Amino acid sequence: MHMLQKLEPGAVSGLAATLSGAAQTPLSRRFVLAAMGGAGIGLVLGLRPEVAHAAPAGTGATGPAFNPFVRIAPDGTVTVIVKHLDKGQGIATGLATLAADEMDANWSKVTTAFAPADPKIYGNAAFGGAQGTGGSTSIAASYTIYRTAGAAARAMLVAAAARQWGVDPATVTVSNGVVSAGSRSAGFGALAEAAAKEQVPAEPKLKAASAFTLIGKEGVHRVDNLAKTTGARIYTQDLKLPDMLVAVVAHPPRFGATPKSFDATAAKAVKGVKDVVMVPQGVAVLATTTHAAIKGRDALKVVWDESGAETRSSSDILADYRGALGKPGLPVEAHGDVEKALKAPGVKLVEAEFEFPYLAHAAMEPMNAAAQIKDGAVTIWTGCQFPSADLPNAARTAGVAPDKVEIHTLWAGGSFGRRALASSDFVVEAVAIAKAHGKGVPVKLVWTREDDMKAGYYRPAYVHKVRAAVDASGKPVAWHHHVVGQSILAGTFFEQVMVKNGVDETSIEGTHGTYDIPNMKVELSTMKAGVPVLWWRSVGHTHTAYAVEVVMDQLARAAGQDPVAFRLAYATDERMKAVIRLAADKAGWGTPLPAGRSRGIAAHKSFNTYVAEVVEISLADAGVKVERVVAAVDCGVVVNPDVVRAQIEGGVGFGLGAALHDAITLDKGAVQQANFDTYEPLRMSQMPKVEVHLVASDAAPTGVGEPGVPPLAPAVANAVLAATGRPVHRLPFAGQAFKPA
Amino acid sequence: MAVTLTVNGQARTVDADPDTPLLWVLRDELDLVGTKFGCGQALCGACTVHLDGTPTRSCQTTLGDVGDAKIVTIEGVQGREAEAVRAAWVSLDVVQCGYCQSGQIMSAVALLTENKKPADSDIDAAMDGNVCRCATYHRIRAAIHDAARRLEA
Ligand code: FES
Ligand code: FES
Repeated sequence: MHMLQKLEPGAVSGLAATLSGAAQTPLSRRFVLAAMGGAGIGLVLGLRPEVAHAAPAGTGATGPAFNPFVRIAPDGTVTVIVKHLDKGQGIATGLATLAADEMDANWSKVTTAFAPADPKIYGNAAFGGAQGTGGSTSIAASYTIYRTAGAAARAMLVAAAARQWGVDPATVTVSNGVVSAGSRSAGFGALAEAAAKEQVPAEPKLKAASAFTLIGKEGVHRVDNLAKTTGARIYTQDLKLPDMLVAVVAHPPRFGATPKSFDATAAKAVKGVKDVVMVPQGVAVLATTTHAAIKGRDALKVVWDESGAETRSSSDILADYRGALGKPGLPVEAHGDVEKALKAPGVKLVEAEFEFPYLAHAAMEPMNAAAQIKDGAVTIWTGCQFPSADLPNAARTAGVAPDKVEIHTLWAGGSFGRRALASSDFVVEAVAIAKAHGKGVPVKLVWTREDDMKAGYYRPAYVHKVRAAVDASGKPVAWHHHVVGQSILAGTFFEQVMVKNGVDETSIEGTHGTYDIPNMKVELSTMKAGVPVLWWRSVGHTHTAYAVEVVMDQLARAAGQDPVAFRLAYATDERMKAVIRLAADKAGWGTPLPAGRSRGIAAHKSFNTYVAEVVEISLADAGVKVERVVAAVDCGVVVNPDVVRAQIEGGVGFGLGAALHDAITLDKGAVQQANFDTYEPLRMSQMPKVEVHLVASDAAPTGVGEPGVPPLAPAVANAVLAATGRPVHRLPFAGQAFKPA
Repeated sequence: MAVTLTVNGQARTVDADPDTPLLWVLRDELDLVGTKFGCGQALCGACTVHLDGTPTRSCQTTLGDVGDAKIVTIEGVQGREAEAVRAAWVSLDVVQCGYCQSGQIMSAVALLTENKKPADSDIDAAMDGNVCRCATYHRIRAAIHDAARRLEA
């Protein structure tokens, strides 16, 4: 058996953090405390003496702890304890870079381990201290914490060396993992034991930016590079624990349906099947191998209770949404007199009704979690993105106190938001199955691709209506924007703090503020549907940026102005203007293109990061082909430029795949997509050339996991508009005919 | 039923039905979990292994289909092309979540073994079956070109 103990160092670790895309609105501290079942919050830097030597349990990290974020092993390996889930975005590399730079560590000897679930130490200030990853907050919320932790460790190494050598600490220097004074020198490993016992400095001095050796530098490779090219990296899907059973579940055919009864005769006849249990989520087949569990599940006969199920088709749901456009919504933003301005003499009016489909995250690793309930304690293994939800939810499901739950976080094969949710759906499902089985063995819940695709928690479908106008001089003077769709946060513990006056911030973020419009009104109609919805890489910005940026191009045309010049004239923020200029410059905006090509631009600020993207497309029978994307990004201080570029490249590809061909549709409540044939991911031949240009900045660092996504689809639509004269108001592009004008 | 396979140069005997997908034999019986489960329907390439050098989706290849073919997985792939591909992958920091990368690498090694200097269109043809939801395609392409240069040197 491939036992846990034999996993590569750092692969199985304690709990990390999480939630993707909870927008930048911080949760109130008291609220989160209540929501998390009274678990203590209070973010500490981890440098208070009483916690400084607390060894993070179960992280797989070795060597004495200098503080909750840094350990050094006798062989000199520095382990940085990572409080956020790394699901590909590179946060382990980023946080390790921050600590290692302040330590003057040797980067080749730096490794990482995920932190245990302990919001007191590993909470996210951007989530009011709840432990979680999301909203592109990790770097912004951790920048000072990890630098301080590194600087403190360095000071302790210096103090230990000075004591051993009988020299003044001021004469001790540190470089590339070696501590020196005069002719004496020692590696970190040799000093670790003594140094960890030194007084933890209360306020260690941080480097000036000019002294950085790793932060902002090229050539600092990812910490997870090698393990992910040799097949050695272990994900939840790969877990093998002693006596473990694999569970595959027959889920209801419609959202809101529940299992009523089942016949397991055929399933139990499959070799390897050990048990069949009913849980609220469906009927689970437990077997010794994955294949047996899948075969057993396929042989089950289940009768469903569909009395509470959503039975509308997605076309009915969208028709209801369009119906809501005729009625007033809740006020989001209002200034000036929009109706009067829209009717002023000489204005040119643009009207647009947008439609956005449900979207699945479809992370490469289907959702999964392993759970064991034994001797009144629960152990969870998963790519845990949101410990502060998963832990209390697991405790409640198992019927134990929260302090009886331990979570081990593993590297995750993608998330895009799906692993962070208030209901902890797949974690709870794994715990429910382990409880129903009742034998105390670990149970690994495996969702097939079809299970994952049909499980819901989609990016909500939306309808927007925009009426906007430029005056006779070409100045935008009025903008009425009505958003209709489901609330992501309604009914979750985020609702109390992130839904204000009925307005879910994640439904409307990004609708206003980018451009100076003297008369503006934004409204929201929140609709109910039985389809579970969730944040999806860049959350509300996935649709608001599209509507705003496509209408901006339509207004520019109405005004007879160039789209770049038009945006520069009315953007309210100098940083936004700078990325627009940079992207346009680098893309050769205004220079002639080869025959059959056209350009489009879009720009958007999300999660406090500014991104402008210029795309070049060609139109063929097969539809839109994106040939080249030039992105300009201002995310403040850049911690690792190559990781930033990678996130923007990935965001472009992720946004493009969805814009080109993705939609989750329902036929009388049943999801019609099942696998990658009906929900097509972007493939190699569709990936454009991508160039990413970073704005040098000393502003506070902001996130990059999500902000590359929002401008992509509208930039493509604007290139289609340039080529055809027709705006595109519906996503995806697939199935729409675009003829060059 | 006991079947003997040649996996990464070693004879391995497994007891499984002939209709069992090779993917689950490798992962659940032989503990070779570097080969990933992504779709189970030959739609994503995460499960790619070499059968006598040919890149093959192990999720849609049954134990009975394997016959005498020599199986090579990400754990056992070696040789000049594999070394060049790994070196290029690491130097360009291709990986993000990494979950697709075993399959990407197996497909890339097979491509470069057949074609020492693939053009972009060859890369499209050889790699289109390997999905990367993190969309690392841009770097995969660059890394394949980089590996080709390393093989020339
Ligand atoms: S798992 Fe075999 S191709 Fe996707
Ligand atoms: S690296 Fe995440 S799916 Fe390819």
